[in-house]
Amino acid sequence: MSQSQLEQMRAEHPASSPLSIHDMTVAYQRKPVLWDIDYDAPAGKLVAIVGPNGAGKSTLIKAALDLVPRISGMVLMFGQPYGKERQRIAYVPQRGSVDWDFPVSARQVVEMGLYRKIGWFRPVTKKYKQQALEALDRVGLVDYADRQISQLSGGQQQRVFLARALVQDADLYLMDEPFIGVDAATERAIVDLLRELRSAGKTALVVHHDLQTVTEYFDEVMLLNMRIVAAGAVEEVFTEDNLRATYGGKLALLEQVGHRMKLSEMGE
Amino acid sequence: MTGVSRSMSFFKTILFLLVVIAIFSPSDLLAQETRSVSDRLIRTLSLQDYNTRIVLMGTCLLGISGGVVGTFMLLRKRSLVGDVVGHASLPGIGIAYLVMESIEPGSGKSLPGLLTGAFVSGLCGALCTLAIKHYTRIKDDAALAIVLSIFFGVGVALFTIVQRMSTGNAAGLHQFVFGKTSSLLANDVKLFAGLAVLVILVTVFLFKEMTILSFDQEFAHAQGWPVLLLDSLLMGLIVLVTVIGLQSVGLLLVVALPVIPAAAARFWTDSLRTMSWISAAIGGVSAIAGVILSATFPLLSTGPMIVLSGSLLFTISMLFGTQRGVITRLRRLRISRIRHGRLDLLRACYEHLEQNLPEGMMLHSDQMTDRMLTLNSLLSRRTWKPARVQSLLNRAIRDDLLIRQGEAGYQLTAEGATKAVRAARNHRMWELFLIRYAEIAPSHVDRDADMIEHVLSPEVLEELETALGQQYPHLRVPDSPHAI
Repeated sequence: MSQSQLEQMRAEHPASSPLSIHDMTVAYQRKPVLWDIDYDAPAGKLVAIVGPNGAGKSTLIKAALDLVPRISGMVLMFGQPYGKERQRIAYVPQRGSVDWDFPVSARQVVEMGLYRKIGWFRPVTKKYKQQALEALDRVGLVDYADRQISQLSGGQQQRVFLARALVQDADLYLMDEPFIGVDAATERAIVDLLRELRSAGKTALVVHHDLQTVTEYFDEVMLLNMRIVAAGAVEEVFTEDNLRATYGGKLALLEQVGHRMKLSEMGE
Repeated sequence: MTGVSRSMSFFKTILFLLVVIAIFSPSDLLAQETRSVSDRLIRTLSLQDYNTRIVLMGTCLLGISGGVVGTFMLLRKRSLVGDVVGHASLPGIGIAYLVMESIEPGSGKSLPGLLTGAFVSGLCGALCTLAIKHYTRIKDDAALAIVLSIFFGVGVALFTIVQRMSTGNAAGLHQFVFGKTSSLLANDVKLFAGLAVLVILVTVFLFKEMTILSFDQEFAHAQGWPVLLLDSLLMGLIVLVTVIGLQSVGLLLVVALPVIPAAAARFWTDSLRTMSWISAAIGGVSAIAGVILSATFPLLSTGPMIVLSGSLLFTISMLFGTQRGVITRLRRLRISRIRHGRLDLLRACYEHLEQNLPEGMMLHSDQMTDRMLTLNSLLSRRTWKPARVQSLLNRAIRDDLLIRQGEAGYQLTAEGATKAVRAARNHRMWELFLIRYAEIAPSHVDRDADMIEHVLSPEVLEELETALGQQYPHLRVPDSPHAI
């Protein structure tokens, strides 16, 4: 990102925003799945990202974190390109994205959230182990600290992931479907935790699939289906019309164009 | 003491010992004259031959480095890449030989040169698989097979050329295909040992980084770790282990060096650190065993012996591994079957004693101990065979849950009675839970509860208690929601 682009983007987006996405288009395996995303996350709010399957919810988060290449567009976090403010951002990937048969304990997974702080080559010292235990305590799993992760239930595994994000003590949390396939106790624990984060002034963007609970759990919502249909306060944006626009079948054309772009990119 | 420095000091000790052995034992001029098998075995074990000593030290380090890298190779699901690297190193050896011969005839068999060739073309092979996967629609397994066979084919073709043109001194090149440890020279071994130590040190220093790379690459990336660099580094380590293993084990078998110890180690532990220790140990031990075997029986070449020793340790681990070994799992299964049987028996006892009770009365555990039970009375409680009930009864007597009264009578002990109440209560709580919250018909819940009560964990029981416990306080057993 050149300096002039950066200046221009800063002029167009509020400096206070923990996450500003400017005109971002993202392709996944050469097929565009997000078009012209322009968004400023409000500071200190809980934001739900909602949309049908294949709407690009996870991709949005991954592209913001540079995990998926962007075709165009820019992302600023706390007014800086991502690399500079990394330690202020915590990412909670989907639970299904890792192999839970891996030979580590719950505590060791949480410690991974601290690896960056610990730095190259250095071992995990007692101080950090203690921090990991405290984070596990916050999600109610301190008794499970030494269990191998495959012995945990799905909900407990999700909470381990949350603890790994908590231990980073970040200001912006990006969570990919933390509520999927979890038990009621875990759902309550996550909600409590989100509220705790909010009252500490943190911001969370959460990919969410359950429309029933959006109003109850979140302050803001982004309705997404390959582009942003609407974004803003839940009571203003989370309307029947907007939901219909998000979940309705009107985007067949966009999907079709995306598919054609993929084929032409692949030389077919 | 930190983990890394502890590991470091351990490796230092091993290195030191090996160096001491190499330096201080008397040099031996009669190396080739031994006769009987036992003689040779003694010579090998007592490290009398300078050559054996050197080979043992080098291969042992090689085995350890293979085991250490193998752990991450296995967990990063790169096992087959190791096989590709092995096969792909062949053209590199051929090209390196040809290049060196053309520059200076006679220098073609310089080991550092050949190994550099092997390293470069092995790495190329590994990168080709990644590139094919990334840029085409060909899937992983096909990409591996394609690269492996193309490189190996090119290598074989090159070797034919080398053999036609050379004046006979290229014959030694074939040892890279099948491995020939006894041909190792002291200088070669020093090179191998140095590389193996390098591999071990890099892995030990980057243990944490390799862990996060193998477990959750995306998270590592989001945290700002240079994932591509780390991944390349791991790939480089895999290639290095493969290349230094080539001459001892041969490129066809070299993949076994890292993969077998790591896979064997996984059976013993759920901890990554322990796993890499065990893997290193298995790698080192099988290397030593292989060298000793082939030094004792000169007809057996070292490479296959190392792999076979590793396979033996793998088989033992697979059967007896304390975490995931087959026998361990069978034993756990048996223990849980016994537990299930005991629960069934105790509940049958409770239900039998309960049936003679007046309506609304509750059976207390202290009333249960002085009532009689018989085999027949329990037999009617469930569909089970007399032999099964009898064996459950016998086991319960051994476990002090029942005592025998007279010829065919049994009585619960105090402990047995308490446990029987527990079993019945858990069963019925679960039935009620199913009826109330899962809306399953009362006539169906018995079977479901039967299956599930065996796996109820303390946490689930706690949840049951919060859902239903207030209605049935003080261990009260709810009435059965269906006819028994």
